[in-house]
Amino acid sequence: MIRDITIGQYYPVDSPIHRLDPRVKLSATMLYLVSLFVFSGYLGYVLAIAFVAVCVKLSRVPFRYIVRGLKPVLMLLIITLLFNIFLTKQGTELASFWIFHIYDEGLITAALMGLRLVLLVIGSSLMTFTTTPNQLTDGLEKGLRGLKVIHVPVHEIAMMMSIALRFIPILVEETDKIMKAQQARGADFESGKLLQRVKALIPLLVPLIVSAFRRASDLAMAMEARCYHGGEGRTKMKPLHYKKLDYVGYLVLAGYLGLVIGSSFVPFLK
Amino acid sequence: MKKNMLRTENLVFEYIRRDEEGNVESINKALDDVSLEVSRGEFVAILGHNGSGKSTAAKHMNALLSPTEGNVFVNEMNTKDEALLWEIRKSAGMVFQNPDNQIIASVVEEDVAFGPENIGIPTKDIWKRVEDSLEAVGMTAYRTHSPNRLSGGQKQRVAIAGIMAMRPDCIVLDEPTAMLDPAGRKEVLRTLHELNKNEGVTILLITHYMDEVIDADRVIVMDSGKAVMQGTPREVFSQVKRLKEYRLEVPQVTELAYELKQAGVPLPDGILTVDEFTQAYLQAKNKCYYDV
Ligand SMILES: Nc1ncnc2c1ncn2[C@@H]1O[C@H](COP(=O)(O)OP(=O)(O)OP(=O)(O)O)[C@@H](O)[C@H]1O
Ligand SMILES: [Mg+2]
Repeated sequence: MIRDITIGQYYPVDSPIHRLDPRVKLSATMLYLVSLFVFSGYLGYVLAIAFVAVCVKLSRVPFRYIVRGLKPVLMLLIITLLFNIFLTKQGTELASFWIFHIYDEGLITAALMGLRLVLLVIGSSLMTFTTTPNQLTDGLEKGLRGLKVIHVPVHEIAMMMSIALRFIPILVEETDKIMKAQQARGADFESGKLLQRVKALIPLLVPLIVSAFRRASDLAMAMEARCYHGGEGRTKMKPLHYKKLDYVGYLVLAGYLGLVIGSSFVPFLK
Repeated sequence: MKKNMLRTENLVFEYIRRDEEGNVESINKALDDVSLEVSRGEFVAILGHNGSGKSTAAKHMNALLSPTEGNVFVNEMNTKDEALLWEIRKSAGMVFQNPDNQIIASVVEEDVAFGPENIGIPTKDIWKRVEDSLEAVGMTAYRTHSPNRLSGGQKQRVAIAGIMAMRPDCIVLDEPTAMLDPAGRKEVLRTLHELNKNEGVTILLITHYMDEVIDADRVIVMDSGKAVMQGTPREVFSQVKRLKEYRLEVPQVTELAYELKQAGVPLPDGILTVDEFTQAYLQAKNKCYYDV
């Protein structure tokens, strides 16, 4: 059962967004997130919402999945809203009780801030919905290739990421096994004060770490035996090549950015 | 000319433990003057009790370890020659015990492609090799699966496909079935024999299980770092008493035949299968009948 968990939340359907090169999606997500924090004016919001809405529609990921992605940040969202509502002291006062005062400006900033946050989460989760972790690491490796010039070990980092992705489910399962084994001998992970609980984790962590090291050394040997010697001279089974769709993707992205930047200079819409 | 696939010449290997200052604390002679030969296309099994040096020997065949004394040749290439390292690893692939710890990618076909990618095979040929190797081990149907959802035997077959994709002349397997259930063990063994027969790959199989070696061309028995017995399975298993000295069990039928013989039933030495046993036993019984 546990082995079935997948890292991330890939939603396997065929769509233009799924077919995009991971590099396009990575840069689009990055730029989109940046754009969320630099634009000003209502037109900017309209554009940002429209852009992500079109992408969601194209991706064929059901809307409820996207909404579910907001759950983990719900707390953060509420806190942001409350802070903005109660700490903004501008505009006309709408209501007040005890030490709390609510101003109209506060409500507006809170709403806009919340909207930005929601867009941010939707934007980034859309990428993980449409890109497998493997594609992501491949995209990172190829997209950041240029950083090798300044001695960033891009290939090694990507290799580490993909190995981590492969071994996380295995280690999770192993944790579960060790936990059950220790519980069978009377270990108690659930009750007691914080300090006691932390102490109870030691008999769990020690074997886990030992086994992780053993796996790592086995794996290193297996990789060496299969002629692994770094990224030098390595070819790929599935190399990344830009296709027509990817250029269209870049164009659309550029168009969106152009509009967002342009909208900031339109004074009457502010 | 018959060329040797693998050859060791008076191979000695010592694990040396050093303390913090680099002084030698203890020396453990894991291999002691081992001279072996494996010819091309042979299926050879190595047997031995725990700690007899089987894994250490296997790691020499892939240049993962370098001899303390003596030489190891793979395809007549000396493993001490660093310039030949990748050639050696290409011609002698290695499969390990734990299937989980040797699968690198999260998709079966990408894992099989790992070796060819490392040796710089062009993309188009990688696909061909991946297809061929998955076909050869009968795992084509699982090519897009995650290795985590495969059974142990299937995982080990994927690992073997990963080696096959490098088109090796020889595969060294270090207890590939130790962590598998009986069905998985059979599956892997069948795959190995098929590869040996159909693709002509030389197989060096290290195992604890006696019943896995009876179909081998030759068996080598190791004990405390030495190769102590060599011969066909029948020759080796005829010497039940000697095997017991090396703390090895013989296959159950062989043991039964041996015990019966000790008790006076006229049976031949080195019975390996149940069929052989029943035949020999019936013969012996008839003989007894007429003798009386
Ligand atoms: N990394 C190591 N460092 C020190 N000594 C080692 C190391 N690996 C193995 N040895 C020792 O070398 C000897 C041979 O070990 P080896 O692993 O080759 O045996 P084996 O026949 O494969 O045993 P098993 O059936 O348990 O796998 C043993 O005495 C072992 O303790
Ligand atoms: Mg061993």
